[in-house]
Amino acid sequence: MRRSRRILEPEKDMQACGLFGVMDRSGRRFDGNIAIDAMKNMKVRGNGLGGGFSVYGPYPHYKDQYAIHVMYEGGNTDAKNRVEDFLHKNFEVVNEEEVPTNSDANVINPPLVWRYFVNPEKKGEEKKISDDDYVVAKVMDINTKIDDAFVFSSGKDMAVFKGVGFPEDIAEFFMLDELYKGYIWTGHSRFPTNTPGWWGGAHPFCILDWTVVHNGEISSYGTNRRYLEMYGYYCTLFTDTEVIAYAVDLLMRRQKLPIEVVSRIFAPPMWYLIEHMDERRKQLYTTLRRVYGPLLVNGPFTFIVAHHGEMFGLTDRIRLRPITAGEKADFIFMSSEEASIRAVSPDLDRIWTPHGGEPIIGRLWEDEKKKKKEQLILEQTFR
Amino acid sequence: MFMMSYQLPEFVIERREDKCIKCRVCERQCAFEGHEYDEEFDRMFSYEDKCVGCQRCVVFCPTNALIIKPHPGDYRPNANWTREKLQDLKKQAETGGVILTGSGNDKGYRIYWDHLVLNASQVTNPSIDPLREPMELRTFLGRKPDSLQLEIDGDDVQITTELTPNVAIETPIVFTAMSYGAISYQAFKSLAMAASEFGTLFNTGEGGLPTELRKYGKNAIVQCASGRFGVDPEYLNCSAAVEIKIGQGAKPGIGGHLPGEKVSVWISETRMIPEGTDALSPAPQHDIYSIEDLSMLIYALKEATNYEKPVSVKIAAVHNAPAIASGMVRAGADIIALDGLRGGTGAAPKIIRDNVGIPIEMALASVDRRLREEGIRNKASILVAGGFRNSGDVLKAIALGADAVYIGSPALIAMGCTMCQKCYTGKCNWGICTQDPYLTKRLNPEIASQRLVNLLRGWSHEIKEMLGGMGINAIESVRGNRDHLRGVGLEDWELDVLGVKGAGEV
Ligand code: SF4
Ligand code: SF4
Repeated sequence: MRRSRRILEPEKDMQACGLFGVMDRSGRRFDGNIAIDAMKNMKVRGNGLGGGFSVYGPYPHYKDQYAIHVMYEGGNTDAKNRVEDFLHKNFEVVNEEEVPTNSDANVINPPLVWRYFVNPEKKGEEKKISDDDYVVAKVMDINTKIDDAFVFSSGKDMAVFKGVGFPEDIAEFFMLDELYKGYIWTGHSRFPTNTPGWWGGAHPFCILDWTVVHNGEISSYGTNRRYLEMYGYYCTLFTDTEVIAYAVDLLMRRQKLPIEVVSRIFAPPMWYLIEHMDERRKQLYTTLRRVYGPLLVNGPFTFIVAHHGEMFGLTDRIRLRPITAGEKADFIFMSSEEASIRAVSPDLDRIWTPHGGEPIIGRLWEDEKKKKKEQLILEQTFR
Repeated sequence: MFMMSYQLPEFVIERREDKCIKCRVCERQCAFEGHEYDEEFDRMFSYEDKCVGCQRCVVFCPTNALIIKPHPGDYRPNANWTREKLQDLKKQAETGGVILTGSGNDKGYRIYWDHLVLNASQVTNPSIDPLREPMELRTFLGRKPDSLQLEIDGDDVQITTELTPNVAIETPIVFTAMSYGAISYQAFKSLAMAASEFGTLFNTGEGGLPTELRKYGKNAIVQCASGRFGVDPEYLNCSAAVEIKIGQGAKPGIGGHLPGEKVSVWISETRMIPEGTDALSPAPQHDIYSIEDLSMLIYALKEATNYEKPVSVKIAAVHNAPAIASGMVRAGADIIALDGLRGGTGAAPKIIRDNVGIPIEMALASVDRRLREEGIRNKASILVAGGFRNSGDVLKAIALGADAVYIGSPALIAMGCTMCQKCYTGKCNWGICTQDPYLTKRLNPEIASQRLVNLLRGWSHEIKEMLGGMGINAIESVRGNRDHLRGVGLEDWELDVLGVKGAGEV
């Protein structure tokens, strides 16, 4: 047997960051200015090597199509041709267009960005899998098989805009203040300690309509990653964010666990607290830890996850990274810093700093009402 | 005809006559009869050929008059024919037998723990101070489901997924299998007491569990080995978990033999065999010749315990351990126990102990990887044994992928053992590996169990310190987390098997 040379996995990305999320729980759509201004207020939390936004609800005319946003590094037209061939082969492409950009914006090496509104065209065996899983698989194909092409986002009626620069520069480049309206916006600014800026590496990280913005360094990365590998998730970007995104996908999308439960998996209470709970909760929490121990996210983190209808923020079990929440009428805000919330909404109804492991949840009022009772029981049990 | 022994003495007994007060303590302490008082000369004499270097007399000498050290006398230096090789060969020429030994492999095979280093946090990630913040070592042994289904039922959240039994331990350190018979009642009881006080487990080994010690059953892994000694429904059901012993690291593929003279009335009762008969454990389990047979025994034991106990299967770490382990999980094992090349024993043929099996580090890394590749790692816990010397080794094993670690020699050493390797003689001066009442009464379970609890406490504290340094506050977050390990002085293939990067590689 010949020994092959050892292939080293790339080093995991390390970074510190600023996060912001805002949602209008009545579902009304608004432009990007709140998120942009809030991010501007936290300029020191980034170093200009990465910024980005996600928006939910920007494409009411195409809300039933998957909106695939693809960046082509260095405007590589060969990559673009290959992606388009691939998309036309596997999807019905309802519309395709270049994402409008502002060439005066202060950004470095911007790629060419296109978006495609598509319906899956599954063939043969593929008919057995869900549309969502089909799209995930195809996006993985583009990301891993076509050089110089990278999918920014792939959910319905949502988009991710990101790149190398301060968040406000990225916003200017994609003209987020005037071109798009959504009912949820999240924003991210990055302070990477080791990776040179790459547009695809910025946040938010996206699978289908799920986006993650994240701040922190996960000490349990190896444990989390190797557990997720058992479920078919292979980390290709080597970032903590990717691990969180996959864990959220596994637990929430595939295993259908609500965020109240998932937050107790990522940041469970200490054993000494569990011991003081009533029998029923004690048993529930113990079982959760016993089964999902490998998905405990250890070390400092804060993240904001969004998908249609819901946005939530969470900080680690001993709260080593900050998160603050605020409410003003239908609006809910979550941010790395209180100052940025106050900067965009000075007259708040309520502002609070949640405990470690206690999620801040923003949901559309209409969804909240629909499952009110279930929701209450979950909230009580996992409070 | 008398045949003279050509053996060289192994140790020098140096008695400093100016200090010796002829109290005869050493004479009474030495079961090997290395010291003798002569009334006529009013003098202590030494018999160096009998000394095993266990240091009991040195510790007990009231005036520190004794020094026992390896004998400097040697044959002509020869890298090939070492003193040990010559001695073994001569011994065989004198007896025509298999050379026996005790405790673990003492050969210079690479100890990978000494070539692995752990990580710590700096700047980008804060370390945590274990004196100020909780650090959690609680560990669950047993099968875990792939997912949990929750249902809201009335005012209640219910788990609808069927759960298999798990055992919780407060530190990922468990006392390995040491049977009553191989070790003394006192040593056995001390392990049981310490496990129960600290909230971890001891393993009964294959010699049963004396009735009056069944109150420690909640902290016992009870073994079902090829001799089936002491196995009855009560034994199985009083336990925390049941273990099927297929093999042992010190003697893979070899059975056991407890000579009749050690089978006292008490041991005979516990083992359920006649007093004074040899207790023979066959090499294989004669109802397990294949993986299907193993599965039948696993399920027979689960039936017998009403599916309330996790079932462990213990094998020696051998070349194809990963494939075997995967088969074991599929056969229904809830815990895979792996015992490595350096695992200890009460008695084993020296040639086997020193030459058969693979290091536990390699076995663990490859079994963990294989189970993950097959997507079944969560279906069984991995318990590893064989060669752990300190808490650093334990944490490195967990980072490689172990759920918990079995310790044998460290527990014996805590009780007094000095690794003299004479366990098979039945004359252990420390009262551990012997059934001679004169010797066993030297071990007081109250004191010995305290020494064991101290050991568990000390190691657990150290593990917490190291975890805190990594910025981790729960042991599950370092389990299988090989990112926190780096190799030093290892070849590429070794790094590959261990699945770790070299130091300085990022
Ligand atoms: S125990 Fe020490 S002092 Fe007592 S007889 Fe032996 S060597 Fe002398
Ligand atoms: S248990 Fe006793 S006989 Fe065995 S090595 Fe230790 S001290 Fe020697």
